[in-house]
Amino acid sequence: MDLRRLSEELGPGLLRDIVLVCLAVGVVGVSYGAITVSEGLPVWTPSYFSLVVLAGASQFLFTGIVAAGGSPVAAVVAGLLVNARHLPFGFALADTVRGRPLLGGYLMIDESVAFALAQRDPRVRRVAYFTCGLLLMLCWNVGSLLGALAGTTITDTDALGLDAAFPAVLLALVLPSLRTAGTRRPALLGAAVALALTPFLPAGLPVLFALAGLVLARPGREPA
Amino acid sequence: MIGTTAILVSGAVLGLGTFGYRVAGPLLRTRFTPSPWTQELMTTGATVLLFALVVTSAVADGREPADLARPAGVLVGGVLAWKRAPFVVVVLAAAGTAALLRLLVR
Repeated sequence: MDLRRLSEELGPGLLRDIVLVCLAVGVVGVSYGAITVSEGLPVWTPSYFSLVVLAGASQFLFTGIVAAGGSPVAAVVAGLLVNARHLPFGFALADTVRGRPLLGGYLMIDESVAFALAQRDPRVRRVAYFTCGLLLMLCWNVGSLLGALAGTTITDTDALGLDAAFPAVLLALVLPSLRTAGTRRPALLGAAVALALTPFLPAGLPVLFALAGLVLARPGREPA
Repeated sequence: MIGTTAILVSGAVLGLGTFGYRVAGPLLRTRFTPSPWTQELMTTGATVLLFALVVTSAVADGREPADLARPAGVLVGGVLAWKRAPFVVVVLAAAGTAALLRLLVR
């Protein structure tokens, strides 16, 4: 599919938004590559992880734990906990990736999930999902490789405010569905539960407990 | 610190496990068709997860609290999004607010 057709399918605004997020992810990828190599891991490690894992938070966590002297087993377990949210994501998006479950599964990333769920039309949702997923994969891998090769160029993306940009990206994408009470009530309860558990549980688990908020969901009923 | 084999095995296990989470739903979907009720519940569940991710990642790094610049940036972005500002404005305002606050405090 060429770029002009893609732009027609998604609308120029949506394609631009997706590209913006992917470029930001690329910058974080550069910092991931640089940090991982500067912590003493071999130069091929960031690219290997970015290709086979493709989940930023768990990759950063792995580097951090191993660099701090933790065992690889502990680092893998921590990464698997952080990534467990992809299981419920997969059930929500099963219809969207129908016909391509393996590629669709591989490209399941917070941002591609959020961009897809923000689209009402199933066809646009599918195109948005695969476009965002493929671009994210590309930018993340190119960034990781450049960072690993260039070394300590960009290690502090916090100075750019990117750590605030990514929650804002997801927030902007879920806000429209939060305008309906049927989604807002479970989301608020879920976030409160996750927040309360955050100081006590390892990363990844509090977010899973947010699903308890679904007790307030009333599927099948039009929201008030 | 950690040898070549350990890195290769760790990456493979983490990658396979993560891929397993990701494809479980799509692969099951090829055998079963969920009811509209279930489908709606799962979609709401994904939104609940994403929103919880927003809130927790805005205020904390793992179990440690984040600095104030981050939640401030996310809040500015959130208010702009609520007022239906363009996506690009939301993202740049969130990043800009956090970056500026850090520049000022340092």
